[in-house]
Amino acid sequence: MKILVVDDEADVQPLFLQRFRKEIRNQEVEFDFALSGEDALKYLEDKHSEVVLILSDINMPGMSGIELLGHIREDFGDPPPPPVVMMVTAYGDEENYKQAMEKGANDFLTKPLDFDLLKQKLKNLTD
Amino acid sequence: MYFFVYLGAFLLLIRLRTSVKFTELFEKWNTLLRWSSFGVIIAFFVFEKLLPDSIIPFIGPLILGGIVYFALNEADFKPVRSFVNTHIPLVIVGFIDAIVDLIAPKFYGEHDDIFQIAVLLGFIWIFARWASTKKQQQEMRIMSVKKDELEALVSERTAELTKQRNELQDLVKELKTTQTQLIQSEKMASLGELTAGIAHEIQNPLNFVNNFSEVSAELIDEMEEELEKGDKEEALAIAADIKQNLEKIRHHGKRADGIVKGMLQHSRQSNNIKEATDINKLADEYLRLAYHGLRAKDKSFNAELITRFSENLPTVDVVPQDVGRVLLNLFTNAFYATQQKQKQGDPKYRPVVEVATISKQGMIEVFVRDNGTGIPEHIKDKIMQPFFTTKPTGEGTGLGLSLSYDIIVKGHNGKIDVQTKEGEYTEFMISIPLTVKNN
Repeated sequence: MKILVVDDEADVQPLFLQRFRKEIRNQEVEFDFALSGEDALKYLEDKHSEVVLILSDINMPGMSGIELLGHIREDFGDPPPPPVVMMVTAYGDEENYKQAMEKGANDFLTKPLDFDLLKQKLKNLTD
Repeated sequence: MYFFVYLGAFLLLIRLRTSVKFTELFEKWNTLLRWSSFGVIIAFFVFEKLLPDSIIPFIGPLILGGIVYFALNEADFKPVRSFVNTHIPLVIVGFIDAIVDLIAPKFYGEHDDIFQIAVLLGFIWIFARWASTKKQQQEMRIMSVKKDELEALVSERTAELTKQRNELQDLVKELKTTQTQLIQSEKMASLGELTAGIAHEIQNPLNFVNNFSEVSAELIDEMEEELEKGDKEEALAIAADIKQNLEKIRHHGKRADGIVKGMLQHSRQSNNIKEATDINKLADEYLRLAYHGLRAKDKSFNAELITRFSENLPTVDVVPQDVGRVLLNLFTNAFYATQQKQKQGDPKYRPVVEVATISKQGMIEVFVRDNGTGIPEHIKDKIMQPFFTTKPTGEGTGLGLSLSYDIIVKGHNGKIDVQTKEGEYTEFMISIPLTVKNN
């Protein structure tokens, strides 16, 4: 399962790689990263069919996660099945949640990420 | 007619006595002058009877001349000297009279009426002059009364002015205290705006610290497993990861530390100590704080942040917390302007805030540009004025730019300029000389 993680904090990358060390080694998951919404869209141009799950931060300079979500739902909605999008934010408030859900997010997670919960959610996805 | 000469002498003595009356000289002269005035009268009667006829006419002028001579040479009677002088004609006339009578009695006898008139005129002259002098004196007295009144008025006014000056000085002192308090409250207000930004900025590194330490503990478990299995290579790879994680923990710990220090520095009273400062770092720090500060209030707000920092920007001697406040203020304004423009509802509008630094010709320049609402031409001149604000009541103190102006221009001998087009952009430029005089 290919997962795209979108976050402007570069250190998120080693964190995911280590947290999912075993899963990666067992080839259960595969990670790719983008540092901005714009990067993510560029990446998706080529690989949207491969990506199963997108985990995106909301608060990023430039294109926000919510905007990215809008583009994903508009541009990459056709089958093969559209990617699952989970929004991540440090500001876990009503407004963000409402907007994310309106724009078609599948889930909403708050920072700091609970990786055990995330793994559980991934398991539910694959089952 | 000799009588008038004696009378002149008598009256002169009386006047001399009057002139020293009410002064400290009175005691010195009182007795002498009184007795001599009586003496003159007695002399008139005594000499008239006892002396030969040829000498009698000389006595009067001699006595009067003697008194005049004495009075003119005595410093104590200096104030009445001009009055004494008016007796000289009478003395001269008296002598001429006596001399003519002595050497040409016949001529004198024929024209004695003329001589008598001359003596009388000499006598009248004294009184005419005395009267006019008295008038002058009266005028002078009136003038001196007026002068006294004027002086009293002047000193009254002076006292009033001194009182007013003291009151004004107190007021200035009070205003200075109020200003200090205002500056402090403005700082605290901007700190309040920053709180959410700061919380976010600290939360992020703390998340990394927590995550990396947790994952490192897991990695150590895994490493132990690998060692038990005997897979040394994998164990070493994990060890390298752990080492990298510890560096990350340290990095993010320092990041949080720096933010807290910056926050403390911001709220602290400025100590006005200039130190070599990396303006790029300062600008970057405050740009993030301002951004997250606004974002915390308006969570849907997003802006593109562009930083174009000159790579070899020299450090510059500034008071970091003061210049930090200026930058913070400019960023906060920039974000506010883009936020206001976004609220106008153009779906294509994307807020952009740019900060650039360059160094040139002995100074560094910092540009803060936004594509927000811009500043209308008619208020452009007012933006640096204290208490001028376009924000709704309660949202802005109106002190941000005026304090920024003071800090840059007065505190650092720099310049602060603005270029703007209403509805399009605003660009602030601050320039600070590399060698700042410590004032």
